[in-house]
Amino acid sequence: MGKIVVEKLYKIFGPDPHKAMDMLREGYSKDAIMEKMRHGVGVADASFHVEQGEILVIMGLSGSGKSTLVRCINRLIEPTAGKIFVDGEDVTGLDKRGLRRFRQKHFGMVFQNFALLPHRTVLRNVEYGLEVQGVSVAVRRERSMQALEQVGLKGWEDSMPDQLSGGMQQRVGLARALALEADIMLMDEAFSALDPLIRRDMQDELLNLQEQVKKTIVFISHDLDEAIKLGDRIALMKDGRIVQQGTAEDILANPANDYVAKFVEDVDLAKVITAGAVMKKSETIAHLRTDGPKAALRKMQKAGISSVFVSDHGRVVGIVTARDCRKAADRGEKSLAPIVDRNIQKVLPDVQASELFAMLGGSKNYPVAVVNEDDHLLGVIVVGSLLAKLGETYQGENGGKAERQD
Amino acid sequence: MEFPKNIDIPLDRWVDHAMDWVLATFGGFFDTLGTAILYFMIYTEKFFLWLPWPVLVAGVGVLAWRVMGRWWSGLLMAAMLFFIGALGFWELGMMTLSLVAASVIISLAIGIPLGIAMASSDRFESVLKPILDGMQTMPSFVYLIPALMLFGLGKVPALFATIIYAVPPVIRLTNVGIREVSPSVIEAAHAFGSNYWQILFKVQLPLARPTIMVGINQTTMMALAMVVIASMIGAKGLGLEVLLAINRIEIGRGFEAGLCIVFMAIIIDRITYALASRKKS
Repeated sequence: MGKIVVEKLYKIFGPDPHKAMDMLREGYSKDAIMEKMRHGVGVADASFHVEQGEILVIMGLSGSGKSTLVRCINRLIEPTAGKIFVDGEDVTGLDKRGLRRFRQKHFGMVFQNFALLPHRTVLRNVEYGLEVQGVSVAVRRERSMQALEQVGLKGWEDSMPDQLSGGMQQRVGLARALALEADIMLMDEAFSALDPLIRRDMQDELLNLQEQVKKTIVFISHDLDEAIKLGDRIALMKDGRIVQQGTAEDILANPANDYVAKFVEDVDLAKVITAGAVMKKSETIAHLRTDGPKAALRKMQKAGISSVFVSDHGRVVGIVTARDCRKAADRGEKSLAPIVDRNIQKVLPDVQASELFAMLGGSKNYPVAVVNEDDHLLGVIVVGSLLAKLGETYQGENGGKAERQD
Repeated sequence: MEFPKNIDIPLDRWVDHAMDWVLATFGGFFDTLGTAILYFMIYTEKFFLWLPWPVLVAGVGVLAWRVMGRWWSGLLMAAMLFFIGALGFWELGMMTLSLVAASVIISLAIGIPLGIAMASSDRFESVLKPILDGMQTMPSFVYLIPALMLFGLGKVPALFATIIYAVPPVIRLTNVGIREVSPSVIEAAHAFGSNYWQILFKVQLPLARPTIMVGINQTTMMALAMVVIASMIGAKGLGLEVLLAINRIEIGRGFEAGLCIVFMAIIIDRITYALASRKKS
């Protein structure tokens, strides 16, 4: 049972939505219904669920109904038909009062155009949600300050929204939703109005925040790169229908139809491929406590490499090069400790390849260590292997495309 | 060709009958209402006449300086007010001012809620809009007639006519101000579970404030214009002076009283306009 369950949801705009729904069920398309009876199909037969603590990205081009869909979840737009359950409670059955309470308790929302109150300070904006709930001044001030700190806006609480940049305004929007302590966040193209660099920062920050707060997030986006980065799962929409849902890998590997395939073509592969997929598995490692320079040299010679990572009680702590080992051995030193360079880069296997390029550009040309959560070495990445892997995948992708066109 | 004489819709008699009926049926109501309004006006006037002139002159000066942000604006406004007194029109000026103040207060008490109602219902807007248009295009003298019939001669009908003439701008601009609030902000307020009153008082009214202030400015200026005309049915004040001067062809006296009205208009307009356009800091 998911945190949010949406079943056969329809939203049709026009005076006689049920007739339009019947036509949809008979197989008429969105365009045909527009032409025949001047009714707009917002959402058609959408069913999906979102698990507790998961980020579901609903993605589609403009006009695909994704913003309508997210507004149906908290009934900012009244669905024509279908059911929405949150924690098993039927949202569609709530009366006005019940709906207001439900929104207060469960839904934080972040908007594309920020939708801040221009006459209120940053702090008073963040307080808004708590204020309408009737929370006491002291409590809402404390919780709002905490939320502002979480989004990195401490010290800005007395500014007015129009004094802030777009990115900062959206942080206020984020803080406003966080301060509620609601368990669900609805984010409607939250980062689409920001310029690309700031957008990337905000995405990173959202992921960091999510590590701490573990909200259930429905994120609307038209950008597949963003969807892949943020989404635990992705639902693709077209003409009001959900055409495919699954993890990023599922969708990239097996596009359900041409529409999805077209979307997928544009993705920068460097963002999809992870460190884990690119790394060269490595068992070769020098042990700080037991190996001396000579032992380390022997290991390198055996593996045919010019540097080796050093571990201490199983945790990767640094790297030694063959050159330094030889010099130390010549000086007769017995320990690796003086020559270990602790200035190394470690990544988890799910880091995107695009981020690896920056790391590999360093002057010392050390490889990057891929480690698990316990800092155990899983593999290494060098520039050559990264490029090779990317090239290989691009080719595979192009081959696949050629087949589809035939 | 002459218009046939036998076609003659007796609208005048119908209106007379309607008026008679209203008076016969609601006479008591209008008497009570008139008395209530009269007391309100008497106390407003007493207040303005009681106010020592140096206090008011200094007060207007400081207020103008604060809201307009320039010390010499404050000085100018204070000087104009002083000049009204220097011409010997202080008491009459205060009577006019109290009538303006009373009618603006009542106009706002009626107009702002009506504007809010108009903004929240398209149907109400479509009913009220033509009425407001009519109220504003009708020659202002016309209002004097029903006012006279309902309340007789004196201050009360003057106030009544003034309110009818002056209330449309504040209704209209309250409506426009609220309707112009960005729908996305309203949507956000809904998303956080606000109710109607929370949205009205925490979002719509604060954001519509500058527009509503323009409405208040316009209402005040129209009230001042109407108060002068209302002197014809017995409201004492600067307007009556002008009227008497016209009747007696005393050009100098008329000029003095007229100048006082102009100064008063400038003072009120500049201060309320500055209040309207002031950005909240």
